[in-house]
Amino acid sequence: MSTPAPLPKVGSRGSALRSTIAASGSTLGLGLLAILVALILTSPVIIIAGASPIDAYANFFLVPLSSQFRLLEVLVAATPLILTGIAVAVAFRGGYWNIGAEGQLLLGAIAATGVGISIPADWPPIVVVPLMILAGALAGAAWALVPALLRTRLGIDEVVTTLLLNPVALLFVKALVQGPWRDPGGITESPPIVEAGHLPQLMDKSRLHLGFLLALVLLVIAWWVLSRTGIGLRIRAVGLAPHAARFAGIRVERTLLGVALASGAIAGIAGVSEVAGIQFRLTSGISAGYGYTGIVVAMLGGLSMPGVLLSALFLGDLRVGTNKAESALDIPSQIGAVVQGVILLCVVGLLAIRRWRISRSDRPADEAEPPAEDERHLENAPA
Amino acid sequence: MGSATPGADGLPAVRLTGITKRFGDLVANDGVDLDVGRGEVHALLGENGAGKTTLMRILYGLTSADAGAVEVDGRPVTIRSPKDAIAAGIGMVTQHFSLVRPMTVAENLALGRARGARLDLEAARRHAREASERYGIAVDPDARVGDLSVGEQQRVEILKALARDCRVLILDEPTAVLVPQEVDALFATLRRLIADGLAIVFISHKLGEVRAISHRVSVLRRGVLVGTAPGDTDEKELARMMVGRPTFGVSRPDPIAHAADEPAVLQVTGLSAAGAHGLPAVRDVSIAVRAGEIVGIAGVSGNGQTELVEVLTGMRRPTAGSATVGGTPIAGASPAAVMAAGLGRIPEDRHASLVLDLPVELNLVMERIADFTGPGGLDHAAIRRNAVELIARFRIKARPEDRVGTLSGGNIQKVLLARVLAREPRAIVIAQPTRGLDVGASEYVRGEILARRAAGAAILLVSEDLDELLTLSDRVVVLYEGRVVGEMPSEKADPERLGLLMAGREVAA
Repeated sequence: MSTPAPLPKVGSRGSALRSTIAASGSTLGLGLLAILVALILTSPVIIIAGASPIDAYANFFLVPLSSQFRLLEVLVAATPLILTGIAVAVAFRGGYWNIGAEGQLLLGAIAATGVGISIPADWPPIVVVPLMILAGALAGAAWALVPALLRTRLGIDEVVTTLLLNPVALLFVKALVQGPWRDPGGITESPPIVEAGHLPQLMDKSRLHLGFLLALVLLVIAWWVLSRTGIGLRIRAVGLAPHAARFAGIRVERTLLGVALASGAIAGIAGVSEVAGIQFRLTSGISAGYGYTGIVVAMLGGLSMPGVLLSALFLGDLRVGTNKAESALDIPSQIGAVVQGVILLCVVGLLAIRRWRISRSDRPADEAEPPAEDERHLENAPA
Repeated sequence: MGSATPGADGLPAVRLTGITKRFGDLVANDGVDLDVGRGEVHALLGENGAGKTTLMRILYGLTSADAGAVEVDGRPVTIRSPKDAIAAGIGMVTQHFSLVRPMTVAENLALGRARGARLDLEAARRHAREASERYGIAVDPDARVGDLSVGEQQRVEILKALARDCRVLILDEPTAVLVPQEVDALFATLRRLIADGLAIVFISHKLGEVRAISHRVSVLRRGVLVGTAPGDTDEKELARMMVGRPTFGVSRPDPIAHAADEPAVLQVTGLSAAGAHGLPAVRDVSIAVRAGEIVGIAGVSGNGQTELVEVLTGMRRPTAGSATVGGTPIAGASPAAVMAAGLGRIPEDRHASLVLDLPVELNLVMERIADFTGPGGLDHAAIRRNAVELIARFRIKARPEDRVGTLSGGNIQKVLLARVLAREPRAIVIAQPTRGLDVGASEYVRGEILARRAAGAAILLVSEDLDELLTLSDRVVVLYEGRVVGEMPSEKADPERLGLLMAGREVAA
């Protein structure tokens, strides 16, 4: 009935921004607009860095597509981003705000390295590779477990806990490569993993490895589960309206826990892919912020799996391009991170604007929704 | 009441001409003309979505019209925001009060007028007392708004508008939140205000109230002004104007005879539960509902009904007592276990009970996803068949793939009804089944409830609409401060006695 426009409700978990994101379903058009706005906003930074934005963007986005080798490098760069993008998108779709993909990825890398340096060298790849993937997935899930339990049992905000565990994971990696796993050669890296643990190259003269195919397979599985199964429907319901989901008999806490662990496991596999496909050892630079970039990938892709693929390829393109631009135009490759960050802000900003316009004008006043109070019953509801 | 009283100079206090407003394809207001005289209560009657609220939001500057003009005291005015409306002497009280609950009445009144950084609390208190006396609206300036009853908060809202020197007061469904006694007090206040020459627009879809208070009634239907009639127009005639057809109320068939020792299907025994702040909200409530019987729960909102329904629907743990459906304990059980025991649940907050961003067809299977899951995942063909069947059976105006959030209130309620009733539950808990629904949808929903009663379901009905409660229920139980303070066959329950019990005035045997 005659409800005024809904007021944003500020709360620990029911914030307007988060409900906006969970119900986003951002479109290709919105993503392209966000990218365009981000490029305009980043232009002054590039000018300050001493280059022409047109040249810079050509180097960022077009040069990487100009040869087969570079194209394959884009796929190499996109591989961890597809995986972390899936991890983040799955969690966000379920309304679990996992900001900890970076730490979960690092734990996956640690576990893969642990298997890879301690396993007998004569074991066949068919055993070693699955073992490393399994270990990485379990480690990623384990790193996600504590924040997930704190959220589902005690209602502690997972944004803070998952985020804060990221630097802890990095310190853990550093401690290992400077301490027990320090390479006998003296550099602060782990010893190399066994040959049998290397993910097979997909093509000659390219670093593209099995991890890329693995990412695509996981992408298809995640898409199928989310859109075609009962589990996926439960996850979507919990993410969109936890109170309604609970009311319909869905076990919200269990669903959240499952989503959090699955997200951690997929992020952990991203770590396995980097260790076993690219570096073949653990280094403190094993992740170039892939876990954080996964948030950009997921948001830019509208939390949909096809969207995750497209935006991971786009940001992989950008990553390769900024490295090229560094030598070609003498501008720092960190500009790429600036572009990424601004894209994220633009996506979130555009989503918020769209939501605001819908709630303000596209609906007759008599049909206005009551303010979202999705989670007001959580405290008293049976676990 | 008597006929309209135009201003001394013959000009209406406010005149709307040719107001048109479109939301996409929907025409919310189509060339609507309306005038309100000084000292007049002009009721705006119409079903949900008829465009009443949109029209008044335009007058108050909350929505901008696509076409049309507004005149105040014969002078054309442009209203782009509530600020313009207030400057033109227009005030509006919505159902959702814009009061700061932790602050006092005086502070809230001062907020509406505050200029600059300084706040003279003593002056604010004096102003509040003066306004309260001048308009005969009794409120304590030092009371915390959060401690006031809904009726008192509404009085503060009215005072706030009056304190800004408004001469045209818009009341959007002011009685929706009030008990009968509070409605009487509101009407007394309104009569004093019109005696002072105020012009009042009274939005409602309750015929009885409209006839009780208004000089003239304008009826909107699908955005078009159907006509303006004197306030004492026959109820049937007004209803006909409103819905375009005569409405026939449902009536309850004779009760089914029960053996004295027949066990209840839904048995609540000594149930207690805590409310929002851990305070007792339901205290030692015992209710028995037998097969083919409707037991109505009467009470002012906030007297434990919400918490009682939450316990019975599996959304809140009780602190003591038990509840069973067909002998299976349900108090403290999960929603899934409650449903498995055979209880159908239609709570008051239907928006929060459905996933608004998911389509109708998925919401219809949300309570039994497992039944629609095969080895290859969700069986989309079966889900679609189920939706098509229920949409036809419950006359839901939607396609299976429409998002529930895009439907009207009546159709959202039908989705919830369809989801629950399709499973033919042997007991049903249903709260505020027709709140916010238009006449046609309300009649439909009531008919469905009676059909389930005829089919032998035990139904616990919570409603703040006393007419509805008395029409549908075999017995009525009154809750006050979480306790059962009265129980009687509905034949013996008249609105006045119920109103007193609901207000905690009398402890009936």
